[in-house]
Amino acid sequence: MAEQISRDQVAHVASLAKLAFDEEGLNEFTEQLGDILSLFETLQEVDTSEVEPTYSVTTNVNHLREDQADNWHQKRELLANAPEEAADLIKVPAILKGEAEE
Amino acid sequence: MTFNFFDHDLAALHQGLKDGQFTAQELVQGSLDNIAKTNDQLQSFLNTNPDLALEQAKAVDEDGNFAHPLAGIPLGLKDNIATKGLPTTAASKILEGFKPVYDATVVDKLRDQGAISVGKTNMDEFAMGGSTESSHYQKTTNAWDSSKVPGGSSGGSGAAVAAGQVPFALGSDTGGSIRQPAAFNGIVGMKPTYGRVSRFGLFAMASSLDQIGPFTRKVQDNATVLNALAGFDPKDSTSAEVEVPDFTANLGKDIKGLKVAVPKEYFSEGIEDGVAKTVRAGIEQLKALGATVDEVSLPHTKYGVAAYYILMSSEASSNLQRYDGIRYGFRAPDAKTLEEVYVKTRSEGFGDEVKRRIMLGTFSLSAGAYDAFFKKAAQIRTLMIQDFNQVFENYDLIVGPTTPTVAYGLGTEIDDPKAMYLGDVLTIPVNLAGLPGLSINAGFVDGLPVGMQLIGKAFDEATVYQAAYAFEQATRLFEKKPAIADEY
Amino acid sequence: MGSGNFETTIGLEVHVEMQTNSKLLSPSPVHYGDEPNENTNVIDWGYPGVLPVANRGAIEFGMRVALALHADISPFIRWDRKNYVYPDNPKSYQTTQSATPLGKNGYLDVTLPDGSTKRVRIHELHVEEDAGKNTHGSDGYSYVDLNRQGTPLIEIVSEPDMHSPEEAYAYLEQLRQVILFTGVSEAKMQEGQMRADVNVSIRPFGSDEYGTRVEMKNINSFNYVRNALAYEEKRQAAAVRAGEPIVQETRRYDEPSKSTISMRVKEVADDYRYFPEPDLAPIEISQEWIDKVAAELPKSAKERQEYYVNELGIEPYDAEVLTQTLAMANFYDQTVADGADPKRAANYLIGDVNAYLNKTQAELQETKLTPEHLAGMIKLIEDGTISTKQAKKVFEAILEGEEPEAYAKANGLVQISDPAVLQPWVDEVLDANPQSIEDFKGGKDRAVGYLVGQLMKKSKGQANPTVLNQLLMAALKQR
Repeated sequence: MAEQISRDQVAHVASLAKLAFDEEGLNEFTEQLGDILSLFETLQEVDTSEVEPTYSVTTNVNHLREDQADNWHQKRELLANAPEEAADLIKVPAILKGEAEE
Repeated sequence: MTFNFFDHDLAALHQGLKDGQFTAQELVQGSLDNIAKTNDQLQSFLNTNPDLALEQAKAVDEDGNFAHPLAGIPLGLKDNIATKGLPTTAASKILEGFKPVYDATVVDKLRDQGAISVGKTNMDEFAMGGSTESSHYQKTTNAWDSSKVPGGSSGGSGAAVAAGQVPFALGSDTGGSIRQPAAFNGIVGMKPTYGRVSRFGLFAMASSLDQIGPFTRKVQDNATVLNALAGFDPKDSTSAEVEVPDFTANLGKDIKGLKVAVPKEYFSEGIEDGVAKTVRAGIEQLKALGATVDEVSLPHTKYGVAAYYILMSSEASSNLQRYDGIRYGFRAPDAKTLEEVYVKTRSEGFGDEVKRRIMLGTFSLSAGAYDAFFKKAAQIRTLMIQDFNQVFENYDLIVGPTTPTVAYGLGTEIDDPKAMYLGDVLTIPVNLAGLPGLSINAGFVDGLPVGMQLIGKAFDEATVYQAAYAFEQATRLFEKKPAIADEY
Repeated sequence: MGSGNFETTIGLEVHVEMQTNSKLLSPSPVHYGDEPNENTNVIDWGYPGVLPVANRGAIEFGMRVALALHADISPFIRWDRKNYVYPDNPKSYQTTQSATPLGKNGYLDVTLPDGSTKRVRIHELHVEEDAGKNTHGSDGYSYVDLNRQGTPLIEIVSEPDMHSPEEAYAYLEQLRQVILFTGVSEAKMQEGQMRADVNVSIRPFGSDEYGTRVEMKNINSFNYVRNALAYEEKRQAAAVRAGEPIVQETRRYDEPSKSTISMRVKEVADDYRYFPEPDLAPIEISQEWIDKVAAELPKSAKERQEYYVNELGIEPYDAEVLTQTLAMANFYDQTVADGADPKRAANYLIGDVNAYLNKTQAELQETKLTPEHLAGMIKLIEDGTISTKQAKKVFEAILEGEEPEAYAKANGLVQISDPAVLQPWVDEVLDANPQSIEDFKGGKDRAVGYLVGQLMKKSKGQANPTVLNQLLMAALKQR
C-alpha cells in the first residue's frame, strides 16, 4: 500500500471520476487524500486472509420481479427535465468517434 | 392557534384532531408559522410547500378519517427523499431546481396515512458530512445554540424537530446522519435495521448502508412514525421481507433483567469527558431501572471509520457518477463538448466534500487499489459484524455515547475532513452491521445536549424503543426546551 | 489456417438481446421500433433514488442459453457494477455478472464447411443490461434514445478456440441457431439483437504465447466479422514480418473498404472499477429451478433435424430448411402432430409457405396460417377429397385463415371419386366419341388424353383423376 497518493494518481482518479481541479486544488486534494489514506493504513494491521468480505447485510435472496411489462408513461416529464432534448431524444454534444463506446 | 409542538406529542395531536379541538389545516398552518418565525435563525428548512400542504390538510379534514395516528400531522422531509413535482436537491448545486417525477416509497406511505409534508429540510450535500455545513444552499444552526452546528447530515431535520417547527421529520443515516444530529439537538433519532424501511426514492449515498428513519422529540412518537414507515417494498431489492411488529407495543414495559452491554471501546480516547460522564450516568439510570449492565469488547471498533469511509465512498463514487448534466439537473452553462459537459458540470456542481468522497471511492475501487482498500474494508466489515454477533449472543442491547463530543462551533471542522470523519466512530459500526441504533438525549454539557446510543439486534427495534422509553420517562429530559421555543 | 507461418487465434464475445416482456431491472416494456424513449421510466433514466429489481424471466432465459450450451449454472450469483460514463448509460454503470457469471464451462460443437466438427469451448456466459442507443447527427450533436436501455442481454464468451475467419463465421451462425431454438431471442442481426466483439491475434506456429490481441467491438453482421478477421490476420502478419509491433488496441471494421481502422487511443486506460452491486439481492439457483427451466427448453435444431431425418424420412437438406427458425420448426412439428403426412407437410412449408413469406415479407407467426389448417388441407389431399390442383385454391384460402374442409365444400372444391357418378359420364363420352375408341384400339395412346379431357370438362374438373382413369381404361377394354 502506497505511503501516500501521488499527484499524478490523483489526476488519474479525477479523470476517471470526470472531475477537474486547478493546480492549487489538485495539490490540496492530493494532500487531503494522502492524509485520509494514511487513516486507512491501519486496516493493514488486521489479518483478514481467512475472512469473507461483506458487501451487503441484506438477507434477501432471489428478490425477483415476474416478467410483466408495465409502462409508467413518464416519458414527457422525463424529457421535460432534460437540459436539452429534441424530437423526444436526449440531446448531447456530439459523441466523437472513438470516445470509449462500450 | 399556536402549536409549538413541545406541549403536544403525536398522541396528543392525534387525539386533538380526533376530538375536533383543532383541524389538520390549523396544525399545518401552525407548523408553517413556526418555520416562518424561526427559520431565519435556524435555516433548517430549504423550502416549504404551503399551498400543497394546506390543500392536503383540507382534504384530510374533509375526509375526517383520523384512524391513522399520523393523519393530519405535519412533517419535514430531508431533501434527499424524492417528492414528485417538488424540488429535491440533496442540498447540491448539481440538482438545483430538480423536481423528481416520482415519490419515494416513504412519501407514498406517509401520504396514504394522511401525514402532510410541509417542506424539505437542509442537509449536508448528498448527505456527506456531519454538520450540514456542506449544503450548497444554507447553514443550519443548532436548536440549542445558534453558534453551533446542528450535526449532520440530517441537520435540518434534527434542528427542525428540536426547535418545534414540526412534530416529526425524516432523515437518512449512512454512518450516523440521523443519530448524530439527534444527539446534537437533544432529541430522539432512530436508524432502523437495514432493510426495515424502503430506500426507494432516497437519493443514494452508499446503498449498502443508507437507511431512512424518524426524528421526534419523544420515544413513543418515534415508534409511531416508524410503524408508518416500516415494511417490505417490492421496489427495493434490499427491503426485508420480515414481519413488522407494533413498535409501540413494548413501551411502558419495565426493563428489569434487560441485559445491557457497554463496549469499553466506546469510552476510549477521543471521547470528551463531559460526554462520557453524562452517558455513564445514563447507563447507571438504566441499571437503576433494573437492567443488568456489563462491560464488553467490540475489538474491531477502531477500524470502523477507515472501513466505513472506504466502502461508503466507493459506493458513493458509483452512485454519484450519474450526475453528469445529460438527463436532469444542472449542466455547466459554458460546456461545449461532451467531455466538458461531464467535467464542468460535475466540477462546478459538486462541493468539496462530495468531490473528496468521489475521489476516495474512485481510488479505492481502481485497478491496483481494490484488494487493499475496497475488499479489505469489506473483510473488516465482516469482523465487526462478528463482534456484534458475539455480544448479542448474551445481551439484548448495546449502549454507549452517540458522538465523542457535543455540538461544535460552526466552521470549526469543515476544513478538517479527517477530524470530522473520526466524529463518526461510534455510529458507523451500526451501519456497517445493519443494526438498529437510536440516539436519545442523556443530559447536557454546558447547555448542549449529549446523546446516548442504544443499539439493538437486527430487526429488534422494539427492545430499543422499550429501553429508550423507560429511560426517557425516568429522566424526563424532554421537558427542557431550547430558548428558540420562546419564539412561538 | 492462419496466414503464412502464423496461426490465428480468435475469441468471440457475443451479446444477444433476450426478448423478455419487461426490462432486466425495470418493468418498462422491451419492444423494438417504438417512438423514442416511449418505453422508459425513472429507473431506465437512472433517476436519483431509484432502485432496480431483477427480472426472473431474464434469469430463466439466461439459464436456457446456458443449458443449450452445456454450461454449468452457478448456484450463487451476485450482480456487479461496471462503471463507465457514456450518454447511453444513464446510471454510469452497467449492471452485469462479472465475478459470478450465470454459467461457466460450456461448449458448442460447430460443423465446419468441410463437414468436420469442432468443439468451441464457452468460457462463461452472463446476464447484463443493454445500453440505450445514440444517433450521431450531422449538426454537432448526438441524440440518445433509452428505449433499449435495460434490455436483458446474454453475453457468451468463447475461449480463443477458433483459428480462421471461416471457423468464427460457422461458430456465429450455429450459435445463433442454438439461441433461436432456446426461444429467448430471434437474434435479428439487422436490428442489433445479436452483436459480436472479436478478439484476434496471430503467433508463429508452435509458439506457446499468444500474440498481442486486437479487439473489434459491436459488429452486427457475420459477414463483417469474417471480412474483418480476414483483413486482420493479413494485416497483423504483414506487420510482424515487417518487424513492426502489434499494438493492443480497439479497431473498427469499415465495410466500404473491407478493412479495419484503428480507433483513437484512449487517454485514460479502461478501469471499470467492478464491484458488487449493493442495490440487488443475490440469486441462488437450485437444481430444482434448473430442472424446471430445462423442462421448458425447446428441443434444439440438431435434435429436431435428427428426428426428422431418422423418424419422419425427411431429406437432410429439407430438415435443415425446416429448422432455420424456431417458428418454422414448431409449426412443422405441430402440423405433423395434427395428423399431416410429414413429407407433404415439409414440402408445403419449404415450398409454398416459404414462397408466400418471402413474397409478403411476413413472419410465419404473423400470418393467419395455422398448423391445424395446413394439416387439415393435407389430410384432404391424402384421402382424395381434393386434388393437388384444387389444393392450390384451398391453400390460398387457409393463408387467409379459412378452415380448409369447409372452404373446399363451400366452393365446390371437392373431387368426385364415386364410380356411381363417374361411370355414366364415361359411358356418355365413349358413346359420343367412337373415333377415339378406334384410335385407342389402333394403338394411339393420346386418344386416352383426349377422352380424359372430355370427362374432366363434363365433371367441371372435379373428377378424381385416378378413379376416372381406372374406369375409363376398363370401359375402353370392354368396347
